[in-house]
Amino acid sequence: MSNGGDRQPPGVRPSLFLERQSYRRRRLMDAARLLPILGAALIAIPLLWPESEGDNGVPLSSAMFYIFFCWGLLIGVSLIFGFAARRSASRDDAESDADKWQR
Amino acid sequence: MATLNVLILVCLGYVVLLFGVAFAADRLAAAGKGAWLRSPLIYTLSLSIYCTAWTFYGAVGNAARSGLEFVTIYLGPTLVMISWWWGLRKLVRVGRSQRVTSIADLISSRYGKSNTLAIGVTILAVLGGTPYIALQLQSITLSFSIFAEADPTGLYREGSSVFWVAAGLAVFAILFGTRNLDANERHHGVVTAIAVESVVKLFALLAVGIFVVWGIAGGVEPMMDRIDASEIGQWNVDAGRWTTFVFLSAAAFVCLPRMFQVMVVENADEAHLRTAAWAFPLYLLLMSLFVVPIAVVGLDLLPDGSNPDLFVLTVPLSQGNEWLAMLSFIGGFSSATSMVIVTAMALSTMVSNHVVMPIWLSTQEGGGSVSGDVRNVVLMARRVSIAVIMAFGYYYYRLSGGGAALASIGLVAFAGISQILPALVGGLFWRGATRTGALVGLTTGFLLWIYTLLLPGMGGVLMTDSVLQHGPFGLGWLRPQALFGIEGMDPMVHAVMWSLSLNTMAFCVASLLSFPSPLERLQGAQFVNVFDHSVAPRGWSGSVAQSEDLMIMTQRILGAGPAQEFFQAEAQQQGGRTRLPEPTPVFLERLERELSGSVGAATAHAMIGQIVGGSSVSVEDLLAVADESAQLLEYSSQLEVKSAELSRTARQLREANTKLTQISEQKDSFLSQVSHELRTPMTSIRAFSEIMRDTDGLSVQEQTRYAAIIHDEALRLTRLLDDLLDLSVLESGRVSLNMGGDTLRSVLDRAVSSALAGGSHTLTVRRSIASERLPLHTDLDRLGQVFINLITNAQKYCDADEPVLTISAHDVGGQVVVDFTDNGSGIPPEAQSMVFEKFARIGGDKAGGAGLGLAICREIIQRLGGEITYLPGQGGAAFRVRVPLAYRQAAQ
Repeated sequence: MSNGGDRQPPGVRPSLFLERQSYRRRRLMDAARLLPILGAALIAIPLLWPESEGDNGVPLSSAMFYIFFCWGLLIGVSLIFGFAARRSASRDDAESDADKWQR
Repeated sequence: MATLNVLILVCLGYVVLLFGVAFAADRLAAAGKGAWLRSPLIYTLSLSIYCTAWTFYGAVGNAARSGLEFVTIYLGPTLVMISWWWGLRKLVRVGRSQRVTSIADLISSRYGKSNTLAIGVTILAVLGGTPYIALQLQSITLSFSIFAEADPTGLYREGSSVFWVAAGLAVFAILFGTRNLDANERHHGVVTAIAVESVVKLFALLAVGIFVVWGIAGGVEPMMDRIDASEIGQWNVDAGRWTTFVFLSAAAFVCLPRMFQVMVVENADEAHLRTAAWAFPLYLLLMSLFVVPIAVVGLDLLPDGSNPDLFVLTVPLSQGNEWLAMLSFIGGFSSATSMVIVTAMALSTMVSNHVVMPIWLSTQEGGGSVSGDVRNVVLMARRVSIAVIMAFGYYYYRLSGGGAALASIGLVAFAGISQILPALVGGLFWRGATRTGALVGLTTGFLLWIYTLLLPGMGGVLMTDSVLQHGPFGLGWLRPQALFGIEGMDPMVHAVMWSLSLNTMAFCVASLLSFPSPLERLQGAQFVNVFDHSVAPRGWSGSVAQSEDLMIMTQRILGAGPAQEFFQAEAQQQGGRTRLPEPTPVFLERLERELSGSVGAATAHAMIGQIVGGSSVSVEDLLAVADESAQLLEYSSQLEVKSAELSRTARQLREANTKLTQISEQKDSFLSQVSHELRTPMTSIRAFSEIMRDTDGLSVQEQTRYAAIIHDEALRLTRLLDDLLDLSVLESGRVSLNMGGDTLRSVLDRAVSSALAGGSHTLTVRRSIASERLPLHTDLDRLGQVFINLITNAQKYCDADEPVLTISAHDVGGQVVVDFTDNGSGIPPEAQSMVFEKFARIGGDKAGGAGLGLAICREIIQRLGGEITYLPGQGGAAFRVRVPLAYRQAAQ
């Protein structure tokens, strides 16, 4: 996130910055919305693994590694999104974020 | 070796610690120093009551049985949390803006504030919560039994210990959950205690995990090798169960009453979700990180047949690490207690707000100004419902035999509570969802859940094996675990699939077919479009509220001390001029929130509403008002019609009355006139007849004269009577007209000659014969009578020296107009309006007429369809007679 919006030089027209900000924010929200779909897809992937027949199945340690890696990934993205959302929210307290973030 | 007594002491000490934490949190909050109590961290930690004793012990057991399958019940909530922007944010916003107290309250509020629905959800939640509580009982009992086995004193019996655990938990929940009724205090204390418990259980599990990985296995690498070498060392998860459980746990995470309680009801700030969105999945990850290692090591170290559900305890014990085992026991115990506290709190709130309070309020007259202390009723209701819920859990445990694996019991509860999901999600995102749909869907899912999952799970007590094997009454397609003949499915997947899909279908179909009430539609709009409107709950406008009444009511609910404190604080905030605060909207709103913590939002709202006088306008009020005003409008228009009718009638009556009065006056004057007219000749006749009878010696001349006078007077009487008779016949309309055709000229000829015949007067009649050739079709004799009368009148009353009567005739617009104008002084203006009245005589009695002539004339002409008027300003007396010209056929 650019923090140019916090302290704008007086000569700069604010609309340009706000425009860019809200565009960025909307894409961020898009990402946040897509995150659960990504998560569901990642969780569904183990269903494609072969059934364990004899010794050629997927070892449990690999499965654990995969699951916990995906899990951590989702948490990380969610964390980044959370911080970004907080920064955006505190940046324009005056504006109703619910309205702006809707679209 | 830790004995049972030590264990019990530790438990009691832990409980005291929790009470201390809750008490300290309350104190801090009351002192206004508890800002951190409302931090996102506390919120996130309080969410961890999702992890119960089932999670603590059962996850390891589940991992030991079926590998990574246990992780599904954590992945579901993770997905829900990271999609908070879609779902939870809306749920929390709705919950806050609608002042929801429980999930039953939310569902009921969405579907038109239907209490039926609230009761339904409450029953479902209680039944769904029952196996869950049984699960906590089982886990605590099992963990006790582990220590008991190692206890040399050996005074342990499982049956009685379950009972004592249940009773202890009930007492604990009652003490903790219904300590007081104040919304804010309760929340701070309990939430903080739960947060502490969640730290304890995470710490305990992590400690055991670290001990296992680094203490027993010797590091991560050897641990991984050990995992792969174990009997669960390969990925072997049933696809159906994997998907179903992820979905099921996600659904239950939202629908569970205790989750709803901490996630929505206790939410202090919507922004906390932002932190919880990543922090809670992280918590879940940490909780499950060491599950598989513990399971694998347990399978390795412990003898075959030992219960994998207790590996968390038995692994440290087997290594002689009693303190770790004790810590682990505390972890499990805290999982169970926090779950029981919050569940009991949530369920008892639902029961008391949706079942007990409506019944109790309906039995009390006067609602808001109830007599007696409401607090006792509410507290009693909550305590009794907690005891009953715990008793249910105990009996479920006894019925299910306590032998089933922990995880499967938890899943039964999940599947039960998930039946709310269609109504919940539909209510939040689909405006077309209706109350009927929600009721039908819930009922369908609920019954299917009972039939396919709950009853089969309780062993052979309530559902016999034959039903399970061959279906009820031998109907194979109704087998509880193979509906419609689809066999071979996992019973859990089977039950979840059928119950939730048929539930959703019934919900959608019934919603599509039914029609919502206006209140439902409005609530639907407010829920679905919660971000567009109604950010803040609507406020009171308490201009008419009576502070004293409010005070009395508040004392009854909160108790005298807190109520007075609250009112004084408010009064001071308002400026402190009076002892009681003004009923401003802000104050009323705070008061309502204060009360809602005790008796539920709906009841508190209703109570304040009764005192404030409903000045906060609800939809129902609006509807009622609209209805009423429509009725009023109708009524007033009816009234208007009636009043118009009445005024019309009154006017008619007035007119009739005036007419009657006039007629009566006319009759009176007529009678007096007639009697006067009759008396005058009668007096003469009597006088002269008396003279003739009593006087002797009358000369013949005198006799003749007197007789002539009597005769004249008799004639006059006869004429008068004739006239009267004639007039009355004419007036009554009983006259029969003798119609005939002739010209005006001949009628006038006859009238003039007969009027002037025998008269000594010198009236000259001027006529224009040419203009009199007008055809007439009328009663010629009657018309002639009128003309004669008019000519005679001129003869009698014309006071000119050489009286001249001019008769002129015209044809004006189909009417014959005949004017009789003499050259006398005419009729004085003040008498002109009277000339046609009966007995109206101008200028005294000189002509000896009765004054009926013109009255008769007017009657006759009216009968003939014409008109007779006096023409003023013609130089003398002038009368105009209009009669219709002869009809066309007469002219031809």
